[in-house]
Parts: sequence; C-alpha cells; structure tokens
Amino acid sequence: MEKRVAFRSSWLPYLLVAPQIAITLIFFFWPAGQALWYAFLRQDAFGSSVEFAGFDNFRDLLADSAYLASFQVTAVFSVLVAGGGIVIALLLAVMADRVIRGALAYRTLLIWPYAVAPAVAGVLWGFLFAPSIGILSYVMKHMGIDWNWVLNGNQAMTLVVIASIWKQISYNFLFFLAGLQSIPRSLIEAAAIDGARPFRRFWTIVFPLLSPTTFFLLVVNIVYAFFDTFGVIDSTTQGGPSGATQILVYKVFEDGVKSADLGGSSAQSAILMLIVITLTVVQFRFVERKVNY
Amino acid sequence: MVERNPVLTIVTHVVLAIGIAIVAFPLYITFVASTLTMEQVLEVPMRLLPGDQFWANYSQVLGAGSTRGSAAPVAPMMVNSLIMALVIAVGKIAISIISAFAIVYFRFPLRSFFFWMIFVTLMLPVEVRIIPTFKVVSDLGMLDSYAGLTLPLIASATATFLFRQFFMTVPDELVEAARIDGAGPMRFFIDVLLPLSATSIAALFVIQFIYGWNQYLWPLLITNDESMYTAVIGIKRMIVGGDALTEWHLVMATAMLAMLPPALVVLLMQKWFVKGLVDTEK
Repeated sequence: MEKRVAFRSSWLPYLLVAPQIAITLIFFFWPAGQALWYAFLRQDAFGSSVEFAGFDNFRDLLADSAYLASFQVTAVFSVLVAGGGIVIALLLAVMADRVIRGALAYRTLLIWPYAVAPAVAGVLWGFLFAPSIGILSYVMKHMGIDWNWVLNGNQAMTLVVIASIWKQISYNFLFFLAGLQSIPRSLIEAAAIDGARPFRRFWTIVFPLLSPTTFFLLVVNIVYAFFDTFGVIDSTTQGGPSGATQILVYKVFEDGVKSADLGGSSAQSAILMLIVITLTVVQFRFVERKVNY
Repeated sequence: MVERNPVLTIVTHVVLAIGIAIVAFPLYITFVASTLTMEQVLEVPMRLLPGDQFWANYSQVLGAGSTRGSAAPVAPMMVNSLIMALVIAVGKIAISIISAFAIVYFRFPLRSFFFWMIFVTLMLPVEVRIIPTFKVVSDLGMLDSYAGLTLPLIASATATFLFRQFFMTVPDELVEAARIDGAGPMRFFIDVLLPLSATSIAALFVIQFIYGWNQYLWPLLITNDESMYTAVIGIKRMIVGGDALTEWHLVMATAMLAMLPPALVVLLMQKWFVKGLVDTEK
C-alpha cells in the first residue's frame, strides 16, 4: 500500500517519527535485547559474579519438571479460556443478533466486563468463591461439593478460568456481533426461502462466514490467556496450590522477581517471545489471506 | 429475523438474560458487599441486599484506607490511576499520529525500516520483557515516578497502525488540492488530517484509557511508595490473606471505585469504543 502523492522534506519525517522511535528504542529494544543477553548468562547464588553460560539456562529449563509442568498448565488454561470464551460469546452474539428491539440495551449490558481490570476480576471471583465466606462456595457446599480452591488444584484452575473468561466475554461478543452484522441479509433470506431452518442456516452459512472472526479471536484469546491473565492469577491463586495455576508468564515473574534468578527467568522470557512471535506470524499469514471459504 | 418463530424468540431472550445475569452477578455482589459492615460480610451466607454502610465504607477507603491491610487512602490512588491512564492514552495517540503521518505521507530513506521497528513492538507484551524493562527504568532513576509508570507503556504499535490504516483511506485528491493551494505538510496535517481523524482519535482514547487504567503488573513492580499506588494496586495491597482477616467490605468498595471510571468511559463513549475496538484489531 503506497500513497500516490507524497510530501517532500529532508528532515520533517525524521522529526515526526523521532518520539515514537526514541521510546521504542529505550523501552522496547534495549530491554528486549537485554532479556536475550541475560538468557545466556549465569549468576552465582549471591549475585556477585556473572559468567557466560551458553545454552545452559535453556538446557536446565527443559530438564526442570516444574517448568514443563508450567507449560502443561498454560496449555490447559489457554485452551479452556479461549475455547470457553469464544463459545459463550458466540452464543450470546448470535442471540443478540436475532433481537430486533432492545439490541442496543443488550449490548450495553454485556460490554461491562471489558472495563474491569483482570486483577479486579480476579478479586471479585475470588471473593464469590472464597472457601469459607464466598456465596458461591456456600451454594456448592449445599450441593455436596467440597469447595476449597486454596487446597485443590483443579478447583483453583476452575476459578481462574471462570474469572478470565468472564473478563473476556464482552470483547469476543463485540467482535462476533460486528461480524454477524456484516453478513448480508440476502444470503440468509435466500437460504430461508430454500427451506433451511435456523440451525442449518447457522452451520452452513453464518458459521463459515464468521470463520475469519473466529480465527482472529482464537489468536487474541490465546495471547490474552498467556499474558493478560497475570492479574487474575496474582490476585487469586498466585500460581498455587503447588503450581497448579502457574502459567508461564507467572513463572517468569516468580523466578525473576521473587527468586531473583535472572538467567533462568530471561531464558523463559526468550522462549515466551518465540511463542508470541509464532502466534503473531500465524495470525498475519492468515489475515493476509483474509477468508477461507 | 427472517421468519417468526415464537419458541426461538423466547429462547433468545432467555439466553441473553442468563448471559447478562452471569455478567452482572459478580458486580452486584461486589456492590452489596461494599455497603455492609465487616461482620455482615463474614456471615455465611452473606445477605443479598445492600446494607446501610455505603457512606461509611466509601469515605473510609477514600480518605483513610483499610485498617488491617495497606493504610493508604484510595483518593490519591484514583488520581494516580487517572494521571497514568490519561498520559498513556494522550501520549500514545500523540506520538502515533505524527509517526503514522510521516510514514504514510512522506517518502524517505529508512521509512520501511522505521515502520518495521514499530511493527515488531506489537509482538511482545510488557509482561514478556518485564524484568529487563524494570532494570532499564530503574537505571534511568524513574522508579516511583509518573514517567516510569507511563513511558514504557506508551511504546506500542497499535495506535500507529490504526492511524496508518485510516490515512490510507483518505483520498489523495485532498493532498493534491492542499498542495495546489500552497499548503505545506504541517498545514495539511493540522487543517485536513486531524479533523478527519477525530473519530479514530476518540475510539483510541477509550481503548487506551482503559488499557492504562487497568495496568497491574507494571505498577506493581515499579511502585514501592504508597503515594504512587494506582487504584488497582491498592485493592491488591488491602487483601491480607485469609478469608476472615481481609476487610472485604473495604476491598469491595475500592474495587467498585476502581471499576467506575473505565466503566463510565465505556458506557458514555460506547459508539466510538465499539467502532474503535473492531477497527483497531483488524
């Protein structure tokens, strides 16, 4: 994409990009470069000497069962958050798209959680599910479920998944609604005239036409589950009990900030960067091709 | 709707009502808890109707903070959050719109190099490079300062992208007309491009304001001084661990306060926000 006409100036464009480039260099490239460099360094236990360690940090990581467990936790967590969030939001968006009167009211009531910080979402759900005083814990005890996410790993996972999905529903909902509204009515009407019932219309017309939106949301939600959910986890389970909800980005934080293991934490950062870059490239490749039907 | 189908219509409204109930339930309980006394919150089950402690709880957190957790008052935290959100939103928009202008409307050596430099920042969220960024900020002596809170988060490409995309749709004839009339690039930018971008600017403002207000990990790391806490951090510092020890009525009042400004921005600017969200990401 190029503009046919352009202005000419030998200095103005540089001046205009200067602020953004300066901030990007200082707060992005410098630290990112350092993260990569630290990943190959090793500090002794007292932090007094630093030596070049080659790929030792990475080798240690891949041999560390806690790190591999964290990978597994992240995989389960992001599949549940992305899958759950997308299915629920799609259902709500399809329903909201059917409503003629009051559509705006429904939208207004459903976009609230977008404004809630992940950390606050964690606090709210942590309170609802608080083992001894939470109102939902009370309901569950009456249903015969022994609820205590402070001790039970699966329940802790359930809690952070619910809080993370809740926070992300509005976002997915808005995109699905926009996607649904851009589908030409004539297509759906033609199918209806041919005798296709609502469910059949959904599966054979609407869903395929939504697939670019769905794929886009899948990537965004996985990235969300990888990184933005840090606040949810830190304000509820803090990665516990015994690592059951310790996703990768939380482990970077724990090892780097709490245990001050700079090399190990940086190596983890490097691996995470690789994952995000892969995801972004996959997304752009796909978006370039635009549509798949 | 293509055909009338009463059963489906009922199902539609029921599903939406359940959806709204799920979305609203935690918010409602938070509000109720923020109007109760501590004893009432600790009763099992907690009552589901608001109590009469609204003014007492809110004035306590705003002016004095909690008694068992952090004793920092929330009012200054709200101010910090507001400054942080505004600086991030305005800063991002300002530096992005001029760099997008340069990249779209000028041909100069290094243009695509700069473009790619900005582009790659899309790929790495702050969380990934958190520790080295912390070191950089601490080396620059910006811990516990507004500059440290905001500058690292201003480095991002989303806004530049949105403006670039928008500028590409602006007809070339406008530039030609401006040049025939003898307008230089900055005159064109101020008199033509800025007014045309008003909607995009409004949309981005909403998104970036919420992004800035809701930051968690970054302010958590670089603020040690209570006077620099943001509202979201304030909540975290009030929770002391142990269900019965935390003053939940105060935590919930603070949570309500922390949710209020971004929620207002979303609701009042809903039209732009929805447009901006869908445009930014595509």
